[in-house]
Amino acid sequence: MATNEVKVLGSWPSPFAMRPRIALNLKSLTYEYIEEKLWEGKSELLLQSNPVYKKIPVLIHGNNKPICESLIIVQYIDEAWSSGPSILPSDPCERAVARFWAAYLDDKWFPAVKSIGVAKGEEAKKAAIAQVEEGLALMEEAYDKCSKGKGYFGGDEVGYLDIAFGSFLGWLRVTEKFNAMKLLDEGKTPGLVKWADRFCSHAAVKDVMPDTDKLAEFGKFVIAKIRAAGAAAEMH
Amino acid sequence: MAESNVKVLGTWASPFVMRVKIALHLKSVRYEDVEEDLLAPKSELLLKSNPVYKKIPVFFHAHNPICESLIILQYIDEVWTTSASTILPSDPYERSQSRFWAAYVDDKFFPALRRLVIGATEEDKKAALAEVVEGTVVLEGAFGELSKGKAFFGGDNIGFVDIALGSLLGWIEVIGKQCETKLVSEAKTPRLVQWADCFSAHEAVKDVLPDVDKLADFGLKLRAKILKALAPTN
Repeated sequence: MATNEVKVLGSWPSPFAMRPRIALNLKSLTYEYIEEKLWEGKSELLLQSNPVYKKIPVLIHGNNKPICESLIIVQYIDEAWSSGPSILPSDPCERAVARFWAAYLDDKWFPAVKSIGVAKGEEAKKAAIAQVEEGLALMEEAYDKCSKGKGYFGGDEVGYLDIAFGSFLGWLRVTEKFNAMKLLDEGKTPGLVKWADRFCSHAAVKDVMPDTDKLAEFGKFVIAKIRAAGAAAEMH
Repeated sequence: MAESNVKVLGTWASPFVMRVKIALHLKSVRYEDVEEDLLAPKSELLLKSNPVYKKIPVFFHAHNPICESLIILQYIDEVWTTSASTILPSDPYERSQSRFWAAYVDDKFFPALRRLVIGATEEDKKAALAEVVEGTVVLEGAFGELSKGKAFFGGDNIGFVDIALGSLLGWIEVIGKQCETKLVSEAKTPRLVQWADCFSAHEAVKDVLPDVDKLADFGLKLRAKILKALAPTN
């Protein structure tokens, strides 16, 4: 492989795998996308390029530079191709804020979204929903501050936090569908509702954002697998 | 005198707070040290400046609070750029590797260490110990790759990964003593053992790493507090 070629190992339902692709699109970079069929076992290339976590996404730059962890990959893309549009803000304080919220989404918020689907009992489900809604309220506030009246967390253009948050929209919509509820609500988070539409229709995003119905089908499959694994574990 | 408006809200015992102080020492930035008592209820300042996590460290620069130690480190590196000491390398690929391994310390290694302390059963502790030891072996490998034969993960000088991992050394020693085992052992991780000595003796580090006996004593009190909080309510 040529020294400047870029490969991305990903999986179409994964919000994490979307992130490097959006970043590469923003920088108008071409890359080879390799689909990992996660439920059929991990490929040699994945195991070799991410021996520590064995997870997608992985970006492989040239012959010998694998980069793992989606947000680390996005920062790499921003720094390695610094002549393209900036993904992270230029001000250090704004960068810290963007990093903070992206980490919050990954560490606290999205796990709460996932737990709605597999919550055991009404109490647990209610608690998870409450956490998700609390997070959305925080993100609405963050959006107000970061966007400064423009269309994105990044201002005029899609930036780091837009990518981090926006990549979760597919699964958020699936969760809304499965639970017949609105989580992203015009009444509570009007800014985010508009932002979500804007983000999903952005040129750098629309071809990598999975179709909600297709994702919902996949979601049913995953939940069934998790429940089966849970039931099997309880039988031993 | 402290540089105007540079404050660290933290505690002497927290490795995450140590990271911030080491970074500031590296950059020769003087700061006001505000001690938060972890055994007491959380202060107003903490709750106000870190409403999301309510945790230390919180770094203040010109009244802006910044939270999460690794984010603070990057902020310090990006603001104080005239210093000869850089925390992250300049090459984008090397930066990504530094970020990866620092994240590994926080996402994999530290949680295993924590489980070793608060593990409920002997079985839990045994499993946690195995994970911690495996983690040290993985980090020994990472050291080989990143140091390129030099003394630190950051090469000739301490950097992002050195600070992320090195800040845990005090606790690693305390927890190891409690488990009656050397967690960073000469047998499995000879390079890390050497690195640990170099790191602990570094100018920017030696006044920040706490006395191990003092830490052990504090650890007992903190563990009691954590276990009490985790105990099922009747």
